[in-house]
Amino acid sequence: MTADVVVQQLLNGISLGGLYSLLAIGYTMVYGILRLINFAHGDVFMVGAYTAFYLVGIFRLPWWIAAPGAALFTALVGVTIDRAAYRPLRNEPRISALITAVGVSFFIENLGLVMLGGRPKGMPVPGVMARAYSVGPFRIPGVTLWVPVLTVALVLLLLVLVYRTRIGTAMRALSRDIETTRLMGVDVDRVISYTFALGSALAAAGGIMWSFQFPQVNPLMGIYPGWKAFTAAVVGGIGNIVGAMIGGFLIGIVEIMTVGLLPHLSGYRDAFVFGLLIFFLLVRPTGILGEPLKEKV
Amino acid sequence: MAEETTGLAAVRPAGRALSPWTRRLLTFAALALFAVAIAYMEGPNFSPYYRRILNVALIYVVAAVSYNLVNGIAGQFSLGPNGFMAIGGFFTTLMMLPVARKEQVFFLQPLIWPLSEFSLPEVLQGALSRLIPGSAAIAFLSMSLGFLGALVLAGVMAALGGLVVGIPSLRLRGDYLAIATFGFGEIIFVLANNLISVTNGPLGIRDIPEYANLWWTGGAAVFTLWAVQNLVNSTYGRALKAIREDEIAAETMGINVFAHKLLAFVVSAFFAGVAGGLLAALLTTISPSLFTFMMTFNLLIIIVLGGLGSTTGAAVTAVVYAVLQEALRAVEAPMRLGPIHIPGVPGMRMVVFSLLLIFLMLFYRRGLFGRSEFTWQAAWETAHRLGAALGGLFQRGTGRPAGEVRRPRGR
Repeated sequence: MTADVVVQQLLNGISLGGLYSLLAIGYTMVYGILRLINFAHGDVFMVGAYTAFYLVGIFRLPWWIAAPGAALFTALVGVTIDRAAYRPLRNEPRISALITAVGVSFFIENLGLVMLGGRPKGMPVPGVMARAYSVGPFRIPGVTLWVPVLTVALVLLLLVLVYRTRIGTAMRALSRDIETTRLMGVDVDRVISYTFALGSALAAAGGIMWSFQFPQVNPLMGIYPGWKAFTAAVVGGIGNIVGAMIGGFLIGIVEIMTVGLLPHLSGYRDAFVFGLLIFFLLVRPTGILGEPLKEKV
Repeated sequence: MAEETTGLAAVRPAGRALSPWTRRLLTFAALALFAVAIAYMEGPNFSPYYRRILNVALIYVVAAVSYNLVNGIAGQFSLGPNGFMAIGGFFTTLMMLPVARKEQVFFLQPLIWPLSEFSLPEVLQGALSRLIPGSAAIAFLSMSLGFLGALVLAGVMAALGGLVVGIPSLRLRGDYLAIATFGFGEIIFVLANNLISVTNGPLGIRDIPEYANLWWTGGAAVFTLWAVQNLVNSTYGRALKAIREDEIAAETMGINVFAHKLLAFVVSAFFAGVAGGLLAALLTTISPSLFTFMMTFNLLIIIVLGGLGSTTGAAVTAVVYAVLQEALRAVEAPMRLGPIHIPGVPGMRMVVFSLLLIFLMLFYRRGLFGRSEFTWQAAWETAHRLGAALGGLFQRGTGRPAGEVRRPRGR
């Protein structure tokens, strides 16, 4: 094992981690506010990738229109899921919303299988992402280079939104205490809709870049990235946006390093990730950047 | 009792309380009837297709009733029964597969040592024929005992798995428990796919001798119902319900919360393992893909639809669901509605089922049975009320005053 192979694998891991990060932020924002695992988030990611696929592949739109368009449509899907499935259950036991979320996830996956067909479709990859760059001794595919850059840029944008705007302030207030925030005159449902929209748009960005990295789309493509991104959110400290990003990169690196350094164990990559999840749940359930849990009686 | 004093207050009292002996008698009568029904359905005049559906239904009963013990009775949202079913399924298969067949199946990598050397029916046959030489019944006896032993051992293995999964994850609550159990379920799935020298990997194992029939699945269903209901009605069961309602209060009352949760989890894993074993022996083929999250999803729909917390609900809905899964194949077939031709859409069933789950949660969260259970007493009272209502109808028909029976609405 030479050093440049390790570096190459590390870069791959960072790139994959960026994708997990984008998805993890959606989980962490929704969980931070509603205390709900949005099981359907991975499928929202799939919707984003498919929308871009159709906008570019069928309607022949240029990428600078197709990508934001897909993000917008995916945001709408996310808001609709919340309106239709989660909002009616706001005041019910959390397990009801959780079961509903499992149902929504299965619904989107199976509707996708029925409508789009189970066969994977090849994704057209824009030139910037497809060409390889020579950096020192390494030849790095565009995706590997651009995904982390775009991820960090999007997260910075999101942080500005959350910490510098009124709606962001409202989101942070909601994650502290929904009832008090409501009493302060904030339209809680509207803020939650914004949260779903933002999370889903980021998931779409993740989905599109995912289909550049593994150049295809299929209706079940969101399941495993979704679970690993959720793992990333937990590892980073659920409810914390920067934590989700760190968690995402960490999970990506662990996964790729498992495959790269222990190739005979590559079949167990998912087991390693879920093992890491369980380890974190037991040792530090609040994650890397999470605040200690307060026991409420 | 509350609804009787409001809705149908005018109807005469709903009959006396049944004595314990009457209830026992009714139970035995019902079991006898069930046995007769199985004897008929295992006979030559019954369609093998329907027999297959009923077998699957009864396996679902075993799995759903045990899953409900954790999710419904103890209130611990677990998402991992597919993993325990996988353990049971593979273990039963490895116990039952003849040694010669094992050598053929595991051609990629040989089966690991102790499992590769014996098959339970063969071992029993050897032992029995030494005791009673040359009897024709030995083959049957050794096979049945072997299958029974394999199922019990599969349950024990799954229960051990439950212990391994439960001890760390049951420290967590709510969503975190759900994720942890899901994670473990996935890890078991990954192991099943990769431990080729145990499970033969993604190829799975084919041509498992077909042992399971309605006697086995029906017997397992009855035994599961009996065992789980006895547990639920014991002090342990009441403690589990207390934990479900308020964990902190239960702890304050001196209940060892962790031990009780673990008990429910391990018992549930045991029966999930048995269900997995029965499924393997019914389908005669087993591969990891049989035990994906899909299996858990099916069980989740069943227990929610039946009413989280009701064993009766889980059992009844398991049968309904198995039948519905077949009936809904019509949805996937091409249809012709007058001039409109709808092409067949494979996979439509799962769309319908996931919508069903969402609608259930939104509009009918209590499920069919809520948290109530079937009792002979309730059945007796219902029969009484029905009798009274029918009697009233009859009286009105002959021109006599309808008396105290509920009047038709709108007059």
